[in-house]
Amino acid sequence: MADTGAGTQRSSGALDTFPKLLKRNARERPERFALREKEFGIWQSWTWRDLETEVRELACGLAELGFERGDRLAIIGDNRPRLYAAMCAAQSLGGIPVPMYQDSVAKELGYVMEHAEARIAVAEDQEQVDKLLELRDSCPKLERIVYVDPRGMRHYDLPELESCAEVQAKGRERHRRDSAFWDAEVAKGTGSDPCIILYTSGTTGNPKGVVLLFDNVVVMAGRGAEFDGLGPDDEVLAYLPMAWVGDHIFSFAQSYVVGFCVSCPESGATVLEDLREIGPTYFFAPPRIFENLLTTVMIRMEDASRPKRRIFHYFMEVARRAGIPLLGGEPLPLRDRILYRLGELLVYGPLKNTLGFSRIRIAYTAGEAIGPDIFDFYRALGVNVKQLYGQTESTVYVTMQPDGEIKSDTVGTPAPGVELKVNDDGEVLYRSPGVFHEYYKNPEATAQTKTPEGWVHTGDAGFIDDDGHLKIIDRAKDVGKLADGTLFAPKYIENKLKFFPQIKEAVAFGDGRAHVAALVNIDLEAVGSWAERHNVAYASYQELAAHPRVLDIVQDCVARVNADLASDAQLAGSQVTRFISLHKELDADDGELTRTRKIRRRFVAERYSELVDALYGGQRTCRTRTEVTFEDGRTGSIEAELEVRDVEPALALAKAS
Amino acid sequence: MASPETSPAAPILEVENVSLRFGGVQALSEVSFDVRKGEVRAIIGPNGAGKSSMLNVINGFYHPQDGAITFKGVTRRRMRTHEAAAQGIARTFQNIALFKGMTTLDNIMTGRNLKMKRNFLLQALYLGPARREEMAHREFAERVIDFLEIQAIRKTPVSRLPYGLQKRVELGRALAAEPDMLLLDEPMAGMNTEEKEDMCRFILDVNGEFGTTVVLIEHDMGVVMDISDRVVVLDYGRLLADGTPDEVRRNPLVIDAYLGTVHD
Repeated sequence: MADTGAGTQRSSGALDTFPKLLKRNARERPERFALREKEFGIWQSWTWRDLETEVRELACGLAELGFERGDRLAIIGDNRPRLYAAMCAAQSLGGIPVPMYQDSVAKELGYVMEHAEARIAVAEDQEQVDKLLELRDSCPKLERIVYVDPRGMRHYDLPELESCAEVQAKGRERHRRDSAFWDAEVAKGTGSDPCIILYTSGTTGNPKGVVLLFDNVVVMAGRGAEFDGLGPDDEVLAYLPMAWVGDHIFSFAQSYVVGFCVSCPESGATVLEDLREIGPTYFFAPPRIFENLLTTVMIRMEDASRPKRRIFHYFMEVARRAGIPLLGGEPLPLRDRILYRLGELLVYGPLKNTLGFSRIRIAYTAGEAIGPDIFDFYRALGVNVKQLYGQTESTVYVTMQPDGEIKSDTVGTPAPGVELKVNDDGEVLYRSPGVFHEYYKNPEATAQTKTPEGWVHTGDAGFIDDDGHLKIIDRAKDVGKLADGTLFAPKYIENKLKFFPQIKEAVAFGDGRAHVAALVNIDLEAVGSWAERHNVAYASYQELAAHPRVLDIVQDCVARVNADLASDAQLAGSQVTRFISLHKELDADDGELTRTRKIRRRFVAERYSELVDALYGGQRTCRTRTEVTFEDGRTGSIEAELEVRDVEPALALAKAS
Repeated sequence: MASPETSPAAPILEVENVSLRFGGVQALSEVSFDVRKGEVRAIIGPNGAGKSSMLNVINGFYHPQDGAITFKGVTRRRMRTHEAAAQGIARTFQNIALFKGMTTLDNIMTGRNLKMKRNFLLQALYLGPARREEMAHREFAERVIDFLEIQAIRKTPVSRLPYGLQKRVELGRALAAEPDMLLLDEPMAGMNTEEKEDMCRFILDVNGEFGTTVVLIEHDMGVVMDISDRVVVLDYGRLLADGTPDEVRRNPLVIDAYLGTVHD
């Protein structure tokens, strides 16, 4: 099936780039909607014909500014139709768009801007322009900044700034003079041209620019769409960072390939409301979003009246028993089927509607392991959440769960056209048409990651189970050994801890040590709500996190994780014996997390070395002082006296047997 | 933020020898100052100095026993609040005066009230011209919402909003009236640093983008010195000083009466 897919791609001739696909869509479905954006409270729609005009004007305008074939176009901002159009505009001129994380501070952008050597940048608004202006000295190549939203920009009197409207006006003028120009430029593009450079946020070292070709992105987007049966009637909400490969595939590439409409939320704060209004059919979210939604639902249910609460809990019980088999197409006793129908009417339907999940056909979660409880919750409601495993380097798709073969602890079978193998060290490797071209200006890293035969090292340790499903344990380099040689997989332990709603983040230590210890972040929303219900007063995160009763809760969670670990022969030795509840939330602004919220383990270990020493020393408490960066970029420091708690390891039953 | 092109501008408001008494209490005595078109003018002073009374006099809520007020060239002695509003004066209150049960959007729409020209019956039936008018007003309200970045709370009843956001909604309602002059009574009271910074930015943006004249009462000296073009200092109902933030800051009388630093 995968091969026929590729066959049609090839036989339909020249549809091998996104600008060409755009022209096809504008020709074949001119009046259908391509993009939607909520502005001034109303969803404004752009048809494929509008989008083609927009892209053409922008492209011609960029050409007037001196944008040339092979140039990089930096793009920074929230998901906005014009920024997506700018991507395609750059591609239509043979240039390479480089989207960047919109919440990065100037310093982080600096590396990418310098490395990508973009001469022109398109920025959403004043905030992003300010960051780019800060970088002018370190990025001499940056000549021009085009801004989309003129608000607050009227006092900027700088020659390098230009509004998007001005650029488009220039583009219109250019097109009037030379109407064949854009079509000719689009026709010059081929599938073997670079399509995009995506900088991976990287848990260690500087970000690497992954160069993907049209042949990677167009082909993989098409295969993914075919696998899930996507069509022009699907609806997608584009709310994840444009710099992330997932957004590029789901909100850009597949929309161009299949022709469905992509909606952009009004602002970051309105995403949940916009989700409800749009009711997407195809949805993508990292586990933390599913988790946050579930936490919100649970908190609100706790506040509901007693009868409502009882109805909710009763039917959720039914859903857990009946919903998951039902979604998998398994037979079910009549009684459960009737109860589930009733539950759909009373609880699941309204709940899904509130969440904006009523119309979802396929939802994917990826990027991190998802807690089995969370995963089961949504599937029990009848939301078809599936797991996917992928990377920027693989153009998203490596493995995915086919309908009817869903397990909460595996990430599915190889995606169409993907070959998979696990080498002797336990590291997962794959080969597919989606394998990236190279790391931009970094041949050594390319050679380290990609073998001459085209196999890519994922850097993840895992194995393939008896049903052919891939199971990921941890980053290969993070898997270590305790002093006595016991296998230590920190991420595996951390994920188990994070599956408790009260724990937001956890960092486990243990490589080369006698036992495992952990730093823990409580979840302010969940624990705060608990505190409110139990009359525990607190003034700040720091105070709540250090409250003895909160520590009791965390201690209980850790003990339960230990019990869980004890049942696994390999991991029973790596139970958590001591922990500290951190006085501040781990934050990307402080460099403790990546922008995609993955823990930068080594950095955290260095930054909190006093705490780590306390975990492995005998102390009961530990004083610490931590530098923090506030949202506006200023720095300060917080001091705290933290308690170190011991946890009894559970008996290793499995070891005995 | 003093923009050179506006500083020599003609006064939009002149307050001449205004005195206000409540029985035996002298709230204001012979206060005179002016507000130039397009400037940010701050009124400061210790508690009970007559700052709020001054705003209430300007927007016609109190009627001074003596003195005259000239707004946009029209001098008046007695005026009612809705007349002041119709002339282009909008205000916010020290202790938020929103319609608590109504949504953000509805509250902001009430700011458009004076601009609605169609008669009550047409409006009630939502017919032809009234409907078109309503849509135009709604569009304006949406622009205010976009400007103040409060899209996420558009449909939230204001009683459920935190204090800082309620202040912002109140500013939104005042802006919806498209005022020539905006009176803000302690717009930043009770806010944290971040909320204050946001509010400052909005005030400066209103002033910069729409050229709205702003008169504000504020206790946070940092804010006052940062965003105002000129400052009036009141003390016990009397005008103590009047000038640029720097002049006022150096004035020994002001230091004595208000800023409270030791001076010898």
